Amino acid sequence: MSHSSRVFLALLLSAAAGGASAADLSLNLEIPNLPVAEYHRPYVAIWVENPDQSIAANLAVWYNLRGDHTKWLPDLRQWWRRGGRDLKVPADGLTGATRPVGQHILKFDAAAEPLAKLPPGKYAIVVEAVREVGGREAVRLPFEWPIKATKRETAQGTKELGAVALSLNP
Amino acid sequence: MKLSIAIAAAMLAFAPAAFAARAWVLPSQTIVARAGGWVTFDAASSDDLFSFNQGAYPLDGLAVTTPDGQPVTPQNVSKGRTRSSFDLEIRAPGTYRVAVAGDLVMARWEEEGKPKRWRGLPADMAANIPAKAEKLEVEQNQRRVETFVTVGAPTALKPTGVGLELVTDTHPNDLYAGETAKFQFLLDGKPAGDLEVEIVAGGTRYRDSPDAYLVKTDSKGAFAVTWPAAGFYWLDAAVTDENATVPNVKKRRALYNATLEVLPQ
Repeated sequence: MSHSSRVFLALLLSAAAGGASAADLSLNLEIPNLPVAEYHRPYVAIWVENPDQSIAANLAVWYNLRGDHTKWLPDLRQWWRRGGRDLKVPADGLTGATRPVGQHILKFDAAAEPLAKLPPGKYAIVVEAVREVGGREAVRLPFEWPIKATKRETAQGTKELGAVALSLNP
Repeated sequence: MKLSIAIAAAMLAFAPAAFAARAWVLPSQTIVARAGGWVTFDAASSDDLFSFNQGAYPLDGLAVTTPDGQPVTPQNVSKGRTRSSFDLEIRAPGTYRVAVAGDLVMARWEEEGKPKRWRGLPADMAANIPAKAEKLEVEQNQRRVETFVTVGAPTALKPTGVGLELVTDTHPNDLYAGETAKFQFLLDGKPAGDLEVEIVAGGTRYRDSPDAYLVKTDSKGAFAVTWPAAGFYWLDAAVTDENATVPNVKKRRALYNATLEVLPQ
């Protein structure tokens, strides 16, 4: 499947899943194609960060589910220290398999867990990626909660992540 | 000439810390995701940190405690020429304290004009030092060389109350480059104020300067260190006083060394 068709499919799926009326937070992130001899899909953690860098809400954790590979979760260094180490994995609706190179869209309903419980305030979405025999990178996208107006934040990864875009839809 | 050699030998015997290479215990990893694996440790004395190129550190006083403070016996304990090593099976979440600790008495005396020496446990002192020992000099030697390993989330460490030890207000497995860690030194469970602490980053072979960071504890035994970079660090402190905790001994030397891992941001 080509990049563009995968994106299209993802968009189609997300459009089908989410209602048009509900406020949501959507994240579009790119796992870049890397010209390396030994490639493994990255482990990725995505969370809502408080101003003191603690975790306000975990949004997604992708790791190798084939076999027991949870021993490498501390390599998601920031996520691990900020609260990943307190989490029991696998966790329903949170942990999942690693994803391939390409664009990935994640949509979170503002009225559903885990965002529904988020008190008003300033936050950031953190996306951290680490790859076996590769590098580690984290990007941050600041936002204010609750969503009052349509807003878009973008960040550009340099190594392990490509473009990351956050869309806030009231 | 002969006399000066004898004096030098005596001095060496009585001031091991001043001349000895740096003692350390180095873990294969300090952060472990979950229980059910192994961590391996090397223990050695060397001037280069952390290269096992001088002497193995003896593991007679190997003392490992589980997160709930229970002693646990490591496996595959071996002593080689340049390093000792052992494996620890990680069975519980929390922080393991991995130490080599010793509390010995060193004695030197003369018997009918001949110099005699003995080194052993305080309890065995009476049986090994004759009552007629002349020019008797005894010294208590307390030593703790340790490191820490955390499985999952860190748990608090309880001070032992024995000798010189580090109280980690900032958890020893929660150290990051650019951040400031706060620690405290205790001597016999009480704040060790005005104590000189030396902190040296590993990889000494790969730089021209020793780059030792020296800091003094305040009146409460507290001190802070801001980690310049990620890596393993060696922490060193020593006290020489007249407050031996062994009956009939005055002089005491208490030494402390820790190996700490600082992670990148």
